[in-house]
Amino acid sequence: MMGSQLLTWVIFLPLIGVGALLLIPKDKHALIRKAAFLFALATFVISLGLLLDFDTATSGMQFEVNIPWISEFGVNYHQGIDGISLLLILLTTFLTAIAILSAFSAVDRSVRGFFASLLLLETGMIGVFASLDLFLFYVFWEVMLVPMYFLIGVWGGERRVYAAIKFVLFTMVGSLLMLVAILVLYFHFHDQTGRYTFDLMQIMALPLPRTLQLWLFGAFGLAFAIKVPMWPFHTWLPDAHVEAPTAGSVILAGVLLKMGVYGFLRFCLPLFPVATFEFMPLISILAVIGVIYGALVAMVQKDIKSLVAFSSVSHMGFVMLGMMTLNQQGLSGSILQMVNHGVSTGALFILVGMIYERRHTRLIADFGGLAKPLPVYAAFFMIVMLSSIGVPGTNGFVGEFLILLGSWSYNQVYAILAATGVIFAACYMLWMYQRVFFGKITNPANEKLVDLNLREKIVLVPLVIMIFWIGFYPKPFLKLMEPAVKTLIGQVEQGRKASAIVPLVESTPIPANTTGLAGGE
Amino acid sequence: MLDKAFIIPFLPLAAFIAIVFFTNRREKLSAGLAIGAVAVAWVMSIVCLIEMLGYHGEGAFQLEQAFDIVTFQNFRLELGVLLDPLTALMLIVVTTVSLMVHIYSLGYMHGDIRFSRFFAYLALFTFAMLGLVLANNFFLIFIFWELVGLTSYLLIGFWYEKKSAADAGKKAFITTKIGDLGFTVGILMMGMFLGTFNYIEVFDKIAAGQLSGGVLTTMAILIFCGAVGKSAQVPLHVWLPDAMEGPTPVSALIHAATMVAAGVFLVARSMTIFMASPDGAMVVAVIGMVTSIFAASIALVQNDIKRILAYSTLSQLGYMIMALGLGGYTAGMFHLMTHAFFKALLFLGAGSVIHAVHTNDIQEMGGLSRKMKITTVTFIIASLSISGIFPLSGFWSKDEIIATASHQPIFLIVSLLVAFMTAFYMFRLCFLTFSGTPRNQHAYDHAHESPRSMTWPLMFLAVLSVVAGWVGIPWLSHGFSSFVYHGEPHHVKPEIILMVASTVVALLGIGLAYLMYYRGAISPQAMGARFKPLYTLLYHKYYVDEFYDAVIIKPVFAATRFLWKFDAKVIDGFVNLNASSTLRLADIKNWFDIHIVDGIVNGLGLITGAASSALRLIQTGRLAHYLLAVLFGLIMMGLLSSSNLLNWILWQIGLQ
Repeated sequence: MMGSQLLTWVIFLPLIGVGALLLIPKDKHALIRKAAFLFALATFVISLGLLLDFDTATSGMQFEVNIPWISEFGVNYHQGIDGISLLLILLTTFLTAIAILSAFSAVDRSVRGFFASLLLLETGMIGVFASLDLFLFYVFWEVMLVPMYFLIGVWGGERRVYAAIKFVLFTMVGSLLMLVAILVLYFHFHDQTGRYTFDLMQIMALPLPRTLQLWLFGAFGLAFAIKVPMWPFHTWLPDAHVEAPTAGSVILAGVLLKMGVYGFLRFCLPLFPVATFEFMPLISILAVIGVIYGALVAMVQKDIKSLVAFSSVSHMGFVMLGMMTLNQQGLSGSILQMVNHGVSTGALFILVGMIYERRHTRLIADFGGLAKPLPVYAAFFMIVMLSSIGVPGTNGFVGEFLILLGSWSYNQVYAILAATGVIFAACYMLWMYQRVFFGKITNPANEKLVDLNLREKIVLVPLVIMIFWIGFYPKPFLKLMEPAVKTLIGQVEQGRKASAIVPLVESTPIPANTTGLAGGE
Repeated sequence: MLDKAFIIPFLPLAAFIAIVFFTNRREKLSAGLAIGAVAVAWVMSIVCLIEMLGYHGEGAFQLEQAFDIVTFQNFRLELGVLLDPLTALMLIVVTTVSLMVHIYSLGYMHGDIRFSRFFAYLALFTFAMLGLVLANNFFLIFIFWELVGLTSYLLIGFWYEKKSAADAGKKAFITTKIGDLGFTVGILMMGMFLGTFNYIEVFDKIAAGQLSGGVLTTMAILIFCGAVGKSAQVPLHVWLPDAMEGPTPVSALIHAATMVAAGVFLVARSMTIFMASPDGAMVVAVIGMVTSIFAASIALVQNDIKRILAYSTLSQLGYMIMALGLGGYTAGMFHLMTHAFFKALLFLGAGSVIHAVHTNDIQEMGGLSRKMKITTVTFIIASLSISGIFPLSGFWSKDEIIATASHQPIFLIVSLLVAFMTAFYMFRLCFLTFSGTPRNQHAYDHAHESPRSMTWPLMFLAVLSVVAGWVGIPWLSHGFSSFVYHGEPHHVKPEIILMVASTVVALLGIGLAYLMYYRGAISPQAMGARFKPLYTLLYHKYYVDEFYDAVIIKPVFAATRFLWKFDAKVIDGFVNLNASSTLRLADIKNWFDIHIVDGIVNGLGLITGAASSALRLIQTGRLAHYLLAVLFGLIMMGLLSSSNLLNWILWQIGLQ
């Protein structure tokens, strides 16, 4: 039953979970919670099956499923994963299970809808990471939007409607441009070859003229840059995070932001290699600005959650910088740092959610001296904070160091500027930690706080294990992505060379003999 | 044993893990675990040293054990140990002081509510410090480098209820991080230009002349930045005096004997790089010299017992750094060793005093020698040692440094001046604390000698403060310098004139302190009044903290506030403006539709109306409907237009 169907199961099991939840009477909250968690856990467990069957020796797509879907338009249901997608899928299934468990006591309003949204979101996210057909990719991309919109708009904080609409509009602006770009690619492919297809592998094999590449990179890139989010398209993020419920923030920071970077890696880079090199300086500069800007703005935040949100802007700048180095260290670091950011920032949001449940405030000024009543909580927070700062021994260090290593050989100035971001990160995090946990308790409301219960510890322990595992022994993770990273670098390099021989005038049709020039499977 | 040396750091790590997870509630057991682990590590280090001393091969002993963590096409990151005399020496220094501090803490931290945690942190620090000295490459040393910084942060802020302690921890972490930025960049340069982080490979390549002048000098200085931060050299020295907010055993272990010496160790380890770059070495020497006199002059007028010792540490570290910069590898490391023992003793003695009188202010003390005999005697032994009095250990190591500096007049003058100041401030401290009449009768009445767990380490370290230097006596077959050396063994010739000169300046310093603070022949107040501007400048530590506050901290905060406003008003303002103008546009269109278009051209109006109401739908928050429509539309389209998929799904589930 398993084998190539395994991937399909991973993608659609959460959707089956949505169906199952809808069968449960909506006032049976406890049952709904347990069922949702079981489905998420089952999805995670079978996604581990992908890991077991994954062959790290080959560089091609694995677990491929390719069947015609809407054959009239050349749309295929084409799914498949390489090491990069596998890591992100594992991150998704891991974080969703944890997010669902963390939300057991936080949500008491329309419980069924809440958990159904999370599971639907999971299907969308995994689908995005596995899609090898542009149309299919777009479908999953849009599917994600719906549950996220509801999560923020229905179960959010005071300004939830504003935040939800802002989130959706920002994303829609990007994705509409992307849709146009996908269609342009589609028709261009037809012009050149006489066939209609949305298949990524086939389109990738067709070198594109430079101007077209630039336009299409711009359109795709904007959609992805908004999602990352890169400076200056980041302002939806703090609002969305502050208003979203904890589980929503965890998924948003942990997985949704990675969609942007993943989009660059999977589509922009291999499809538009020439444009990639031309956009490199711009994106790197925006990334470095994001690193420093995000860190500086994080320093003045009064709300812990918006502090973490701005720290995400800073960290994602790091990820983008690493990606744009286009060398093995930088790219590996960038992909690893995506996982790290998912784990660490996810954990930070969960921790903030835990204190919010107890005190119904997230303002730093309302706390102080919490280390005394909440020693276990303080210890967890310390570990996660250190991982976010990138202290050696934690996951953050490995990713940051690889990125710096990669960006140093790309551009020293960017590397140095980005490295100062590490200092600012230490400043805002340590200062926040000091104001929340150290000192004497000044607010009597904090005196009688109860430390973490068993469920909360169970939520946090796997995250902490990941933090130390990647921190001390990142080899398995790097090994998993190595073939994919090498292939990607090869595709970009080769694509650039191949494009050099394509005439720059777009209207000249080229005979359909261009297959085999780039790494099409 | 030497091939098992890599086990040494894991002993305290195991103790740390055991305390955190299992014995946190059982204080005695926790302390016992930590002490036991460090004791075993100490014994193992001694065995390693003895075995290495028994080595009589070609050149210096060297043993490397390593395996790769990650490999890329062009280079690899390794995990491994490098054992050579330098490492063996550091192992002894670190485990000895750590063991003494662990035992001492039994008494000092007695009754603290976080007693177990304290021992856990101490053990974690010992692990990181041992890892730091054993590492075989720059990547690994950087990891441990940051880890010792982290444990330092945790231990300075151990009493986090005190705001000053929490502030000091944060300041230490961030200030050293600034130095580490340079270190990071230096390591990155190394990776790029040499393609390796491994010590032996890097040094071989540099010795072979693979790097040219400018690049090499830049790299050397960047690596030195790390040492400047960690060893608290000017201009990053500001964190160390504040770090005295931590418990005193911590000050002794981390902020006097071991971690702050890591910078010196780093320079010694990278000696090949600095020797290949004369400019880099000169920067090192000058920074060391400036720090030594700068800090010594501040120590002259301070009143907080621990801060005097902290400035003294800065000054002595500057001494070592200066020696290394001048090529005195053996001299620098020799002084590092002797200093570790007598400075740890001074701090532990200060802790014993503070434990007795519950104040750090030496103006509140006096006459304590009558109540605390062991503390007084051991403290004075250490003071004599640091002042460089014959034949204590400080005499021999300090003399080697002065001999190294003697080739250049400016360095010689400064090093003698520092020797004078050191003797003066140490005995000012001794006389004010232990002799004369009590200036705070209440504190004096409650004073008592510390328990044996505290006095025994004092006595042990006092013995070392006397004898540790004897391994380097130039007339005794050059024991130290034929063991720890760089390149070829370099035996400093015993220069009687320099020895006499340094002893004379030390005695002058002690004599002046005696006249001022014991006999009262010269009034300190009158002196202070006479040199008022200088006194004020020194008392306020040259206003460096105030300067940084005005030039760095305040501007950064101003920048953060500005950027935050910019973010909310400009970037997000633009976004909101777009949204609201779109809304207004939709309203206008709506009005236009109803009142004008509808009335004039029916057909056209219908289309525009539909479009604008669709827009209105999006903009008024009923986006959900739209999104749902998108979702269901897509799903339905997919399902209906292709029966293949349906069949396929059914097949997958096993229905067909």
